[in-house]
Amino acid sequence: MSAMLEVRALVREYPMGDERVAALRGVTFDVDDGDYAAIVGPSGCGKSTLLNLLGVIDRPTSGTVAIGGERVDQLSDGRATEFRLRRIGFVFQRFYLMQALSARENIELPLAEAGLGKVARRDRARALLDYVGLGAREGHRPSQLSGGEQQRVAIARALANSPKIVLADEPTGELDARTGAEMIALFERLNADGTTIVVVTHDEDLARAARRMIHMRDGVIVGDERAR
Amino acid sequence: MLFTLAAASLIRHRARTVLAILGVSVSAAMLLDMVMLSSGMRVSFGSLLTSQGYQLRLAPKGTLPFDTEATIKDGDAMVSQLVARPEVVAVSPVFGGQLYIQTALGVIASSALGVIPAVEADYELSSGRQPASANEMVANDALLAATGASLGDTVHVGSGFDSQLRTLTGERTLRIVGRARFIYMAREQKGAALPIETLRAMQGRDADGRVSLAMVRLVPGQDIESERAALERLFPRVTVISIAEALKQVDERRSYFTQLAVILGAVSLVVGFLLVTTLVTVSVNERIGEIAVMRAIGVHRWRIVAQIVLEASAMMLVASPVGLVLGLVTARYLNSILANFPGMPERIDFFYFQPSAAWTSLGLLALSGVLAGIYPSWRSASLPIAITLRQEAVG
Repeated sequence: MSAMLEVRALVREYPMGDERVAALRGVTFDVDDGDYAAIVGPSGCGKSTLLNLLGVIDRPTSGTVAIGGERVDQLSDGRATEFRLRRIGFVFQRFYLMQALSARENIELPLAEAGLGKVARRDRARALLDYVGLGAREGHRPSQLSGGEQQRVAIARALANSPKIVLADEPTGELDARTGAEMIALFERLNADGTTIVVVTHDEDLARAARRMIHMRDGVIVGDERAR
Repeated sequence: MLFTLAAASLIRHRARTVLAILGVSVSAAMLLDMVMLSSGMRVSFGSLLTSQGYQLRLAPKGTLPFDTEATIKDGDAMVSQLVARPEVVAVSPVFGGQLYIQTALGVIASSALGVIPAVEADYELSSGRQPASANEMVANDALLAATGASLGDTVHVGSGFDSQLRTLTGERTLRIVGRARFIYMAREQKGAALPIETLRAMQGRDADGRVSLAMVRLVPGQDIESERAALERLFPRVTVISIAEALKQVDERRSYFTQLAVILGAVSLVVGFLLVTTLVTVSVNERIGEIAVMRAIGVHRWRIVAQIVLEASAMMLVASPVGLVLGLVTARYLNSILANFPGMPERIDFFYFQPSAAWTSLGLLALSGVLAGIYPSWRSASLPIAITLRQEAVG
């Protein structure tokens, strides 16, 4: 199986006063196409920093990141934006839906940005809402949806432009156990349908659902195990 | 999508948006008033000069019409020569003086114009008729009110008044046959017009053949400047003033108004700009997280800038018509105050509405709206996405 994600000697340092603090200190790993990896570790170990670098919303101090064979660690702002739009799906802990837009419009947002026509993006958004089980809620605003429903809309939004990889940062962090379990099932279905997934999580259930678990501590990978 | 997000952002804080729009409206009104003021007097005066169709004015050398009491000697001969020129269609000579009217309460002084009623261009009749004989005159409202006279009344007048002997000189008995509005006289100024020969005769032999001013109407298509130059060569003792020259003189005299208008207009524009910039900055700061998410999911920086600029422009767009109406109402009120400025011709408007003034104001406002949105939006769209999201998550 070919590598969807190739990370080599990734370092990310932040200036803090006169010193530089390393959040990542040489991280190297691959994620295969169609794989489902969970990155776990204690708070402050560098999980989210790593995810930000994989998601091309941050730049490493050194090292390289390639997604689908394309180097993304030094892209210009315009190209990085375009890459995120078409190749990466983001799911955030706090959902971050646009409160002014309906569920369907939230999904249409990246589709519109990608230049899809009105009818086509409406059809695509409806199909995605059906996929996440919210076909009947397309006109609802985020404030009219439960936390679990909002996260489903966020996942549908992440899938809008058929990304190569979905990156999720604590996607069950704001959900209760039952809704969290539904979300885990949704991620499993998503992966079964061929989407490569990388999640950062503290949620043991979610981590166990992944095919692979990468353990981090103090900015380095300390363990990498196949769950099954 | 861009419109939905922009509208939603404005609607989210209705009260703030409405207050900002009202603030910008006031600023727009002031800007419009200042643009109207900066060109109003000039346009109004120009329209006044052209309204009667006379393109050239001949006044004693080195003076402006009725700036001094100087007159042109042998004016009648000059008028005859002018009339004979093929370039000239009509000539309207005017002889200025004073008229003293005897009333039961005393003697009332008034400005008087000696004119040829058939070609006069100094007043408009609001009722009655032109003087048809040597002992008829027209008067304006101020004079009629001061004397208590009405159309059809006969008044005892003189061209001079000896204050020690309290007697009139150059006396005549004239009949008021028309009520007139004098174009170049101030609202409060008392005015009368009578046949030029009558006024001259009242002033005595020295006034024979003299004119204070001659207005010349040229053949259509005639080059005004070349004719002006030709007349100055022909009559070296007069100054020939074209409308363009008169407007230049007006420009010099109204430069204070122009400076005032430009400064206050610029201030109101800056105030409107700062108001919108402040509001947009506050609004953007509240949505930093939302903007970072949009950037994270692949929304381009320019699209975010466009959305926020759209919000700023929408506020300006809504504020503009409100400001336009407010500006027109204010201009009307201010005009009525300034119209009472001593010595100002009644028909001069300080605030002259021209569509171009409105377009200029709206254009400047739209531009400032765009500029007001650019900086805060670009700044917010350029923030590091990862750090902003982390701060939002912590916050």
